[in-house]
Parts: sequence; C-alpha cells; structure tokens
Amino acid sequence: MMRYGIVLILAVVWLAVSASYTVPNLVLGLIVGALVTFLVREQSGEAPKVRPFAVVSLFILFVKELLLSAWKVAKLVVSPKMNLRPGIFAYPLKVETDFEITLLANLITLTPGTLSVDVSDDRRTLFVHAIDCADIDAARRDIETGFERKIMEAFR
Amino acid sequence: MIDILQNITAGLLLLGGAAFILTATLGLVRLPDLYTRMHAASKAGTVGSCVMLIALVFVPGADGVAGRVAAGVLFFLLTAPVSAHLLAKAAYVSGVRPSASSVADELKTTSARYKAK
Repeated sequence: MMRYGIVLILAVVWLAVSASYTVPNLVLGLIVGALVTFLVREQSGEAPKVRPFAVVSLFILFVKELLLSAWKVAKLVVSPKMNLRPGIFAYPLKVETDFEITLLANLITLTPGTLSVDVSDDRRTLFVHAIDCADIDAARRDIETGFERKIMEAFR
Repeated sequence: MIDILQNITAGLLLLGGAAFILTATLGLVRLPDLYTRMHAASKAGTVGSCVMLIALVFVPGADGVAGRVAAGVLFFLLTAPVSAHLLAKAAYVSGVRPSASSVADELKTTSARYKAK
C-alpha cells in the first residue's frame, strides 16, 4: 500500500519537474516511479503515523530556524572579530526509529549553529557540533523542546 | 507595471541570495576549522541558493517554473544537511580534530569509538 503511495508521489513530482501536465506524461511518471520503487530495497518496519497539522507546524518551525540560522552565520562571518567558542556536545536521544533520528539529525544540521557529526552505536546519543558551545545545557534544551518534541508530535 | 514590480522583486531576491552565498564564501575563508566551515557552507549556502531559485518564480513570462523551483528547493533542503553531516563525520573518523579554540569535545570524551585515538 505504502509503495503505491510512493509511486504516486514520484509521478506528481515528475509532473512538477517536467512542467507538462498531460496524461501521457503522468503515465510516463507512473511507469518510471514503479521502476524506481522496484529498484529500491523495501523498507523494513512499519510506516510512521503522520499527523498532517503537526508536520506543517514542524515545517514552519524549520523554515524559521533555517532563515535565522543563515542570518546568524552571515552576521558572524562579516563581524571583524569573530568571537568563536565551537565544540562538540553529546545529545541524549529520545526519538528511537531510524526515520526519526535521521530527520532530527538533518534538521539539527540546518538550524542555528549546530551540525550533526555522529550517532553512537547504540543509537542513544547524537553528537552535535555547535559553532557557539559556551552554554551546552541551553543548546540541549533547545533541541529537546524544539525539534525533538515536534518530531514526536508529528510522527507518533 | 506588474512586469516592472515582478522584475524588481526577482532582482531583489537574486541580490539577497547572492549576498548569502557571499557570506558563505567568506565563512569558508575565515572560519578556523572544517566543522565551523561546514556551518557556513551548509546554512548560508543553502538559503542563498534557495532564495535565488525562488527569484525565478517572479520573472515575468516564466510559466510552469514554480513546480520546478519547488522541487529544486526541496532537493537542496534534503541533500545539503546530508552532505554536511557526511563531510563532518568523515573528517572526524579520519582524525581531523576541531580547532584549538574549541571549548568542548564530548565525542572524544564519551564515545568509545574514538577514545583510543
């Protein structure tokens, strides 16, 4: 069932990218989408539950944080005296599945001053590089009450 | 009239995007180590590219571009953090250490994988 959904999404993306909304093009998109999903290994585990409103809320938070992030970096590199206190801190993960960890790590990378470097073997700790590591506890709290909570709201 | 407004909007967005990419470049030159440089490249660079793509939507007479722009922006957002993360991890695994100005390295102190090095 999940697979038909993915084929449909791929076909719609193909329509958007080729900018030609015709029936033959839709059929072409569906055929190529089916071939692609045939090539890609079936994902194990059940699909996450999705709550549309929480996903939209997560996306809005993400865009806001991304713009803020770019602005912060921009301000930092043009200031004549760069006051840097970079470092790597450990973040204890509450999210568990591969999908959630991947999503959280990606979102962290695109937000103010943080970059995911590694996940521990037991998948309980995420190692995050921060461009301003002066207050590690505050950085941990930001992730916990921001993205991690939103991800759990959106996909559980 | 509308054409002029559209062109001005597109031009402003292009300039804004270019400014972000300029700061990303400055960051690459000025920041002290690979990890801090990836911050500049992955954030300011992504936003700059996306804003410049979005500028295309406002160019008069560019029909059917919006869908392609949306797809392009989406792919930027999906791929930029992955490459930044992979570069940072590859650097750490191969022994590139954060610059001396760093205040903490809990990856070194808590992860068994890197303790020996």
